[in-house]
Amino acid sequence: MQSSSDFLIFDNVTKVFESPDGGQVTAIDNFSLNVSDGEFITIVGPSGCGKSTLLNLVVGLDKPSSGQILINGKPAWQQLRNIGYVTQEDNLYPWRTLRENVEFPLEIRGMSKSERRKRSAELLEKVGLAGFENRYGHQLSGGMRQRGNIVRALSFDPGLIIMDEPFGPLDAQTRIVLQQQLLDLWLQDKKTVIFITHDLQEAIALGDRVVVMTARPGRIRSVYDIKLTRPRDLHHLHDDPEFRNALSDLWDELADEVSAANAMGRK
Amino acid sequence: MSETSKPTQQPQPVAKPKRSVNTTLIWQLVILVVLLGSWEVMSGRLFDSFWVSKPSLIVSYIYNWVLNGDFMRHLTATMTEIIVGYSLGAGLGLALGLPIGRMERTAKILDPFLLALNGIPRVALAPLFVIWFGIGITPKIVLVFTLVFFVVFYNSYAGVRSVERRYVDLAWVMGARSFRLFSKVILPAAMPYIILGLKLSIPYAVIGAIIGEFIASSEGLGYKIQLETSIYNTTGTMGGIIVLMILVVLLNSILAWIERRALAWRPPSRSSDAGGQGL
Repeated sequence: MQSSSDFLIFDNVTKVFESPDGGQVTAIDNFSLNVSDGEFITIVGPSGCGKSTLLNLVVGLDKPSSGQILINGKPAWQQLRNIGYVTQEDNLYPWRTLRENVEFPLEIRGMSKSERRKRSAELLEKVGLAGFENRYGHQLSGGMRQRGNIVRALSFDPGLIIMDEPFGPLDAQTRIVLQQQLLDLWLQDKKTVIFITHDLQEAIALGDRVVVMTARPGRIRSVYDIKLTRPRDLHHLHDDPEFRNALSDLWDELADEVSAANAMGRK
Repeated sequence: MSETSKPTQQPQPVAKPKRSVNTTLIWQLVILVVLLGSWEVMSGRLFDSFWVSKPSLIVSYIYNWVLNGDFMRHLTATMTEIIVGYSLGAGLGLALGLPIGRMERTAKILDPFLLALNGIPRVALAPLFVIWFGIGITPKIVLVFTLVFFVVFYNSYAGVRSVERRYVDLAWVMGARSFRLFSKVILPAAMPYIILGLKLSIPYAVIGAIIGEFIASSEGLGYKIQLETSIYNTTGTMGGIIVLMILVVLLNSILAWIERRALAWRPPSRSSDAGGQGL
């Protein structure tokens, strides 16, 4: 029997890149983390700390130099059917309508057309995109496209959802609306989420635990439990003392790493 | 559809672009009339109409040729050469260009050979094709084929190479492998280039057929044009040329129709569209 905290395991994951001049750059250094089934983990760190690399290792777009990433005890990249990936870039296929984009993973899995329709209609309705099904990406706003990206990753009901700064390019108002929507969706069926961001407030507002990463090489600096109750009302979270405490504690940690990253950038 | 939760942003109003299309059409007609009119008026006054003929003569020549002459025989010969040569060239161009676009090494190995072959002026090959294949339609089909093939090959090859890595990676993560990855991501992403190649190669196909007929033939629009020129019938020459022009316009509009259907997803303003690079 596996305990629930063994759902997703990062086991001493290290990733070293060969740099063009022949040297070696360590992007991820000994990253170890056990994630329970249904947990919402947010990872925050200075830019360039290898957060995106970590997600590419999960889905097998890249291989760890050492260590392993396991879902239910088996390598994660062999279980892509169980992983939904939401990228930072707007990756809706421009030649497909919103509906066809959401149905893409279902098509790959051979689901019948009528079932696909039902599933996509239901998901698009949930995030307020009903009526926009037949639009192409360029006919949608940035916030709508990103909602499309998210429901596409949810369409095939994966057990693990990994998100790489999904709300990064959005304006502040849209971002709060989408964060709230994401939390509401998550509460409905409690998938495991790994959510990467550089925005500390976002990390605290969404996560059960916040993982703070160091500047390059990316290591875990600390893991912080967020004791905010659920469901959370993101519009009024800022007044919550628990939120303020978490923010000031974590900010001190993150600030060190951000200045370390900046010092590295100046060199 | 009044009080239901329909999207607030309806598609752009349709009336305005339509009006501007009509104005465009009017201007195009005006230019056409002015050009043809001044040709008609000046021919016989400023120039001797023996050399340049005039629109009214050409129209009546085409009219008689189509109704009473051997128009259909020549048209059928030329069209057969174009359609068969184009289909073979485009078919093989796609069949090789699309997969080789995914095979970097093969592409590198083949590159100098393809460049050299494509560098041969096809007109220089035409007499050789006559020696090999006679004066029937075969050498013309081969000539059309050699011209169309490279245009379609290079464009579909470049199209596949241009597909953004992130699209392919994400499809891979979502479970798409080999055939589905190709048919659902690479092919549609490369489609603008593919269509461009198919469109660009149409005039080449027509040129190939006509040059082939110039070199040696007993039928076809090229043969007819040369025949009329050799007896100093400029009206007949112009008539043949105008028929060819109409042919190219028609063939192009068929592809424009296909393009509108296949690329309906593209934003209307191409200048500001990243997907339009290289077009």
